[in-house]
Amino acid sequence: MALAPNTSQVDDGLKNELAKKGIVVTTMNQLYNWGRRSSIWPMQFGLACCAIEMIATACARYDIARFGAELFRPSPRQADLMIVAGTVTKKMAPQVVRLYNQMAEPKYVITMGACSIAGGPFIDGYNVLRGIDRYIPVDVHLPGCPPRPEALLYGLMELQKKIDGQQIETAEWYQQGLKREYPIPEFGPHGLIPKFNPEVWQPRENDLRKERYGQPIMIGKKSKAPNLDVVAVAAAPRPAAPAPTPPPTPGIA
Amino acid sequence: MNIMDTEKVKTDIEKALGSVALKSIRSSLLIENAQDLPKVAKFLKEDAAYRLDYLSSVTASDFIEYLETVYHLYSMEKKTGPVTLRVRVPRTDPKIPSLVSLYRGAEFQERDNFDLFGIVYEGHPDLRRIMMWEGFEGFPMRKDYLQEDSETLESADVEWLEKNGVKVPEAAKAKAAELRQQGKRALAERRVEDKG
Ligand code: SF4
Repeated sequence: MALAPNTSQVDDGLKNELAKKGIVVTTMNQLYNWGRRSSIWPMQFGLACCAIEMIATACARYDIARFGAELFRPSPRQADLMIVAGTVTKKMAPQVVRLYNQMAEPKYVITMGACSIAGGPFIDGYNVLRGIDRYIPVDVHLPGCPPRPEALLYGLMELQKKIDGQQIETAEWYQQGLKREYPIPEFGPHGLIPKFNPEVWQPRENDLRKERYGQPIMIGKKSKAPNLDVVAVAAAPRPAAPAPTPPPTPGIA
Repeated sequence: MNIMDTEKVKTDIEKALGSVALKSIRSSLLIENAQDLPKVAKFLKEDAAYRLDYLSSVTASDFIEYLETVYHLYSMEKKTGPVTLRVRVPRTDPKIPSLVSLYRGAEFQERDNFDLFGIVYEGHPDLRRIMMWEGFEGFPMRKDYLQEDSETLESADVEWLEKNGVKVPEAAKAKAAELRQQGKRALAERRVEDKG
């Protein structure tokens, strides 16, 4: 069914004047988006240290309830927003993708923290996925290690802006043939198969990281172990420890 | 908690067990022959003067020339410890007798070391991978472990993606086919320069 394009326009000045008289002029879109953006229910799951900041955001001091996003749902079927808060290990990645697949449309993803964006401090590890955006589309990337609660609130506000900009007529989740379920990666002999989903993410052509370090992996300078025996010999004639200082007399300060 | 005098522990073990070759390295004891480990641990656990009844950690490290496992023993009864034991085994045949029959807590830690370093603890009741999944190849904490290049698709990835109806860019497909022809894996290469 084709919706008639919305062409009605009321200029803002008139709207304000009417609002003063208690008459609210709006559009279906605005009303709809206002409702959606003011009740984003996040999914209740956290993966690592960033989750602690997410929890803090939900508590009284930062109070994500001010943005209507306080209902952390334990089921993906009831959630609108997935906050990937923490390190996504290769072992966890299939579950994260599965949860995303199970969410109902419209669904949004915020990656919280350096880890879920690109692997963070563990980028060179054998066990950490270099960013969940390799498998699922991400709406807001939120850098930090961890991002402060204010940053998460800011990320949420950015997401609200994005929702405000969407139109019922063109919203992707009303389109036919929408495919927003992504194949779940499997465990392979050296990591996940596939390494990424080229429909969602592709390696950059100029990878500055690769260029700068020459190789994608830094194996540090210490390829030789410290010779423990030598240290042991040197440690034997250790100078006598200085006489212990008498403990301060209690009572007299 | 008192800190144990390594030299005293060493002489006590030698007195009690005689044939055990020990060497002290800083504040730890190296057991020269890995097969002596259960004997030493049993002595330290059961001797009335020590009663080291708590095995707090079993860790491992890769020293390139050999693999090493380190044990930290404490006594809950006497509130003493730690006594640190080291065992070294060659990379090619890393076998150490398991301590699970003596300390139940060693079970998961030995599995962890097996998983990441490939050290085989003989006599362990259930020596499987614990962190990595079944079917994972290699021991990732060894210094010669070669990581995959996570930016290059291999033919297994391409096949999997196409089976799941994902379009794979031609360039990536060509690269994967080329790698397959050469019989190579896409590896994150090691840095060659080594300034010591
Ligand atoms: S980005 Fe930092 S704080 Fe967040 S999960 Fe990773 S390591 Fe932890």
